[in-house]
Amino acid sequence: MISNNDKKLVQWALDYALKNGCQGVKVNFYTGSNSSFELRDGKVDRLQQASESVMGISLYVDGRYGTYSTNRLNKEELEVFIKNGIDATRYLAKDEARQLPDPSRYYKGGKPDLQLYDPNFPAVSPDEKVALAKAVGEEAIGKDPRIISVESAYSDGESFSYRIHSNGFEGETQSSWYSLSCSVSVKDEGEARPSSYWYESSLFLDKLIKQGIGQKALERTLRKLGQKKTKSGEYTMVVEPLISSQLLRPMISALYGSQLQQKNSFLLNKLNEKVGSDKLLLKDEPHLIGAMGARYFDSEGVATQPHVVFDKGALKTYYIDTYYANKMKIEPTISDPSILILQPGNTDLNGLIAKVDSGILVTGFNGGNCNSSTGDFSYGIEGFLIENGRLTQPVNEMNITGNMISLWNSLIETGNDPRLNSSWRIPSLMFEGVDFSGL
Amino acid sequence: MDRRKFIQTGSLALLGSVVAPSFGAPFGVSGKQSALKEAMDHFGVTENDLQKVMSAALEKGGDYVDLFFEHTFSNYVGLQDGEVNRCSSNIDYGMGVRVISGDQTGYAYIENITLNEMLKAARTAARIASGTKKTELVALTEKPIKTNYYPVTTPWEHVLLKEKMPYLQRLNDTIFALDNRVQKVVASLTDNTSHILFCNSEGVQYYDYRPMVALSAMCIMEENGRIENSYASRSYRKGFEFLTDEVIDVVAREAVESTAILFKAVKPKGGEMPVVMGAGGSGILLHEAIGHAFEADFNRKNISIFSDQLNKKICNEHINVVDDGTIMFNRGAVNIDDEGTYGQKTYIVKNGILTSYLHDRISASHYGVPSTGNGRRESFKCVPIPRMRSTYMEAGNMTEADIIASVKKGIFVDKFTNGQVQIGAGDFTFFVKSGYLIEDGKLTQPIKDVNIIGNGPKALADITMVANNPAIDNGTWTCGKDGQSCPVTCGMPSALVSKLTVGGES
Repeated sequence: MISNNDKKLVQWALDYALKNGCQGVKVNFYTGSNSSFELRDGKVDRLQQASESVMGISLYVDGRYGTYSTNRLNKEELEVFIKNGIDATRYLAKDEARQLPDPSRYYKGGKPDLQLYDPNFPAVSPDEKVALAKAVGEEAIGKDPRIISVESAYSDGESFSYRIHSNGFEGETQSSWYSLSCSVSVKDEGEARPSSYWYESSLFLDKLIKQGIGQKALERTLRKLGQKKTKSGEYTMVVEPLISSQLLRPMISALYGSQLQQKNSFLLNKLNEKVGSDKLLLKDEPHLIGAMGARYFDSEGVATQPHVVFDKGALKTYYIDTYYANKMKIEPTISDPSILILQPGNTDLNGLIAKVDSGILVTGFNGGNCNSSTGDFSYGIEGFLIENGRLTQPVNEMNITGNMISLWNSLIETGNDPRLNSSWRIPSLMFEGVDFSGL
Repeated sequence: MDRRKFIQTGSLALLGSVVAPSFGAPFGVSGKQSALKEAMDHFGVTENDLQKVMSAALEKGGDYVDLFFEHTFSNYVGLQDGEVNRCSSNIDYGMGVRVISGDQTGYAYIENITLNEMLKAARTAARIASGTKKTELVALTEKPIKTNYYPVTTPWEHVLLKEKMPYLQRLNDTIFALDNRVQKVVASLTDNTSHILFCNSEGVQYYDYRPMVALSAMCIMEENGRIENSYASRSYRKGFEFLTDEVIDVVAREAVESTAILFKAVKPKGGEMPVVMGAGGSGILLHEAIGHAFEADFNRKNISIFSDQLNKKICNEHINVVDDGTIMFNRGAVNIDDEGTYGQKTYIVKNGILTSYLHDRISASHYGVPSTGNGRRESFKCVPIPRMRSTYMEAGNMTEADIIASVKKGIFVDKFTNGQVQIGAGDFTFFVKSGYLIEDGKLTQPIKDVNIIGNGPKALADITMVANNPAIDNGTWTCGKDGQSCPVTCGMPSALVSKLTVGGES
């Protein structure tokens, strides 16, 4: 919780910086706590508990800009810290693009509580947490003779932040989260010990799905037994909702002002151009009450708005903060996305698989990367061969390779099954003609 | 000196705006009192406090406790668009209490180091145990640093920001001068300095001073409307003396050359093929294919593909692989690990036999062997776990040219960005930023942006030739595990893996 004393300290730090030569100041204060209880085969293996606080200060000094943070929060130390920050900033080259955001763009308050914090958070006892993790593990322990390890875990956290800017912004956030997870390892042929996992998470303990996690982790592990690579070639690719957002990530990274201004984006100069198929319809809905990722303002205090990112494949926005807007001499938008929702289709993962004659279901990525300048990517994968609408063989040790723009142009269908516990709600995806390398 | 005074000094020196204090880091150089005593003063603790906290941590019957104090100063200064116009600094300060009961761990940390707060953390961590066992505390004795693998000449606390800036400017200017296709340069210098104070219930107490620096440059080039980027970096446990015109030139040249080659590069045809790993960064193969799977926590839990392979032959008898914390100034060097064991050089594969896992205290006790000094943590906010240091293969007896000449159709790779592994299944990958096709024993067309995937035990067994050109890659390698980042390096002589799956067009 942010106390009145915390707020006074933040205001004091801002005033102190202004008095000592800054023309503009941003101060952000964060405090939070977290705990985790990890069990192995039903026995507590590791417990961890902690709380922490940190203050971050951004200083605008004579056309120069530096940022400083510390967890040493008494005034005497902060005085020295701030003064030295000001002195250090003065050494830098001037950067006229460094400006506080236009106050007219700030979130001014008055909207309903986003309901991201569970008031029961402090009341959950360590015993209760261990019991939840234990129950998750028990769904898998002893359920198959090939099991060699079942790890289950409970973890939670609460975080609070308070931010003020010298040109009038004041904002506060609070949120909590809970997670239950399970990872199962089994013995396969030879020395291989394939493993898989499942997890659920929620902002509120009473909304957290607590059952079926261990069972799902076990099922997902057992179905991997006998993995092998299959023939190289072009396949229809179906991607599970658990991991589908990873394919969207390079497309979103390419939209940041920091990438565009540095000519390091394959989506440079593509605004309003078609960079994906008609099925690529992506919206940002920042104000969903009680949803992971919801917020009224970004890291600059700028008010968030619902907006379209890709409309039937056409790129509709970039993420331009105040600094890069000034550098590129364009209008700022928002620093980064909040809740991304890809337009769902009509059927779930199984429905998509049923439509595929010859393809590969991807259930996990293993390493790989994407060239931010060109969009060329190559990722390791594992999953299942799809033949005549059915999963026939677990596959692994294969790569997919291509270009992000070609890939998203080959998106032919989306599922109706995004995981709602993520701020990126990306359902199952189906792409045609993807290059797989294997045998 | 009282704590407050020191911290003020720390902050001052951190930002480099005042003349350095006479008692600046590392502790103990003044010779007036021991570094350990200075460190205790610095954190405001007495031996009596430490004993009280450790007693509280063991009151539920734990077998062992350690206390880890850390004060870290981190600085970043960056260049973009030709100007050194950005900087940031961070101070992190706190301590963690770890209690071990059998192979179970309880952990809690605090940022406000008072006796009361430490006792609270101790009682939280204590809860991992439940019993009446009484573990006796042993009187604390300093464990001296036997060999300092990272002595500094000029500590970063003594360096003004303005003294660092010209090096970035020179890096930028050199890159632009080397190739007229250069459009943008992003360069940065980060340094950090950690003061570590440690003690445990076995009476071990030490102080370690840990410097680190990383210099990096990313280069964007344009040719006929096509844009490519690449990067270069160097990182060591060194002070300001790291910054020389030579290192600037090396980084500049590598950034330019590795970007320029991409304009000539194509994506290879994908599939299984022989892969010649070039000397240096190819150590990423060892890190991913076997290094993680040799970390003994995974083996203790029987979930590594190498869990039953100790003392068995796993590859060609001419192959030796080492995980080494004793290389002077290396990013992965460890004077003493984060649970009181001296850093050391550990053969993990000797003459083709898996000779040792990488141990922390818990796994060493499980296997009944001494710890190999691999118990490392990201910070006081984390428990120590087995981590690699500098992982490399020793020299073989072939020449690189002979190895390449032996391949009819395959690829040669020598520039990487990242890798990953699945410990149990053994599947590992690494991403190749650039390399070459090998056709009829010769390097021909450059290639780029392909992922390579293989299986650890198979890939190791498929290393059929090793060259006589061993090299450590001193780039800014950072390894992630269990949510903790850890500085490491890797290395390898040129070597042939007879079969790996290369991503590419079908």
